[in-house]
Amino acid sequence: MNLKSITFRNLLRRKGKAAFVLAGLVIGVSTVVGIISFVEAMTNDINHKLEKYGANILIVPKTENLTLTYGGLSLGGVSFEMEEIREAELARVSSIKNARNIAALGPLVLGVVKVDSHKVLMAGVDFEVSEILKPWWKIQGALPDHNGLILGAETARILNLKVGDRVNIKHKELIVSGVLQPTGSQDDQLVFANLATAQSIFNKSGRVSMAEVAALCKDCPIDEMVKQISEVIPGGKVMAIQQVVKGRMETLEHFKKFSYGISGVILLIGSMVVLVTMMGSVRERTDEIGIFRAIGFRKRHIMKIVFLEAGIVSGLAGIIGYFMGLGSSKIAITFFSENHSGQVPLNFELAIGAFGIALLVGLLSSAYPAFMASRLDPNDALRAL
Amino acid sequence: MSYIVAEELIKQYGKGHATVTAVAGISFHINEGDFIGIMGESGAGKSTLLGMMGAMNAPTSGRLVVDDIDVYRLGQEQRADFRREFLGFIFQSFHLIPYLSVIENVMLPLAVVKASKKQKWAMAEEALDQVGLLDKARRLPGQISGGESERVAIARSIVNEPPVLLADEPTGNLDTKTTKEIMELLRQLNKEGMTIVMVTHSPDCAKYAQRIMKVSDGKLVGDN
Ligand SMILES: Nc1ncnc2c1ncn2[C@@H]1O[C@H](COP(=O)(O)OP(=O)(O)O)[C@@H](O)[C@H]1O
Ligand SMILES: [Mg+2]
Repeated sequence: MNLKSITFRNLLRRKGKAAFVLAGLVIGVSTVVGIISFVEAMTNDINHKLEKYGANILIVPKTENLTLTYGGLSLGGVSFEMEEIREAELARVSSIKNARNIAALGPLVLGVVKVDSHKVLMAGVDFEVSEILKPWWKIQGALPDHNGLILGAETARILNLKVGDRVNIKHKELIVSGVLQPTGSQDDQLVFANLATAQSIFNKSGRVSMAEVAALCKDCPIDEMVKQISEVIPGGKVMAIQQVVKGRMETLEHFKKFSYGISGVILLIGSMVVLVTMMGSVRERTDEIGIFRAIGFRKRHIMKIVFLEAGIVSGLAGIIGYFMGLGSSKIAITFFSENHSGQVPLNFELAIGAFGIALLVGLLSSAYPAFMASRLDPNDALRAL
Repeated sequence: MSYIVAEELIKQYGKGHATVTAVAGISFHINEGDFIGIMGESGAGKSTLLGMMGAMNAPTSGRLVVDDIDVYRLGQEQRADFRREFLGFIFQSFHLIPYLSVIENVMLPLAVVKASKKQKWAMAEEALDQVGLLDKARRLPGQISGGESERVAIARSIVNEPPVLLADEPTGNLDTKTTKEIMELLRQLNKEGMTIVMVTHSPDCAKYAQRIMKVSDGKLVGDN
């Protein structure tokens, strides 16, 4: 018989009350854990996409011109008098220190061509790497051979062309081998041709307007690679594309703040539940506490009984809440992210954190009830009966 | 030498016009091994006096010395320690903890004492044996009779072998046969050296005491 056994016996007797406190804390903790692991999983998801899909480094000629934009990304001065990068120079990219992190290098030559009476921006690209650089492309038809074309959705609509149609550009007969489904980017307004074909149309053989690089960068910083590429291409300006992802990150950041606010409120409610319930049970146990005091328990013994009780329940709530939060974020992830594997990592720090927060909330909100209990005067407590 | 010394104990409840003087200046000496009965009409101040003697109810003025310890000059926590080490209480309405078994109730005062589980069990069993309830050690308070509950309360008050036992109308809720058994038990404990102070209404119970203090209106009106 010691203070611990008194606490356990009391908890077993008041299972309902204990369950109520437990539920209040579990809801609070699981919400917080759910939100945090959801945000974490979403962040991982975005990082993963950033690393795995699409171009994330651009190489453009150094220029004195004003900047134009392409697909919402800033480019060097793409204009009629634009400067160019030599293909030979570009080849050096494969010699940088982090070369193994380069998934694809896609040179691009840009120029304006006339189709019927319409002026169209034509991009000569290497279709072999388009799958890596433009994973969002959905092509109706097929990737072209050396004299085929891919049309952006808008281009196809305005020029009234479809797969199989023939187009005459600068005395060359080209065949439309595929039409892109709308991408929402400027790709919709372009005509894509083979790099060599476009170079010969524009009279720019051996030269490109820019190049896109897809770097698989889980463990290397993109900035580091940008620096390395800059060193091997002195005539080029190298930059990392982050805007798109940054936008999503910002949204996530807002969501984070919002949900942390909500978690705070829920934890506060949880602690109110603990406070009110513990206060009630202290009041209910007035006579008991009076006896404890009368037979020589010190104030701190009484406090220890209350805190032990709160600690056991809230520690348990931390553990249960952690797993429930993990489960609910798993479910949420499958709703919010289509191609996410639904994996929410078991996070040791978060588990410890959940346990700690539950304990902290449980103990803090029991501090007042414990104090009140310890202050009970044995004489008054026993007289009240 | 006197074991318990009370000097001009006064206890007032409330303030101003609402002040009630429950004990209006009582002094006495009690020797080690005495069996004292305190009698008096309801509201006379008996329980208040016993509470003051029990280190639970600080007097408005006056002094209580037990075993050379000036009790109310101790801090609150030290007074709790004093209660644990020097006093056993028997309350009128038993005040057993309903969710603890009989033997656990008896062990309660030992919960904050440094001793092995085995030692505590041995002490509790001895106390239960003294009140003749060893066979019901595992029952809950709800599963025993009133007389048995009183015995458990007595066992709890003597488990740590305190020198003084304070009882406030210990037989107020019991029938005559059980009352007699309890009184025999108290007499036995007194014979073994325990100093007992017992508040009672009943003249039958008072016969067991060696000395009766009569209290009326907060004053000592008789002592023999
Ligand atoms: N805690 C208290 N607060 C206010 N009045 C009290 C308190 N305890 C006792 N009294 C009053 O003091 C008087 C003596 O009470 P008590 O000591 O219980 O008498 P007894 O035990 O002899 O019946 C009574 O008038 C009672 O109402
Ligand atoms: Mg009384």
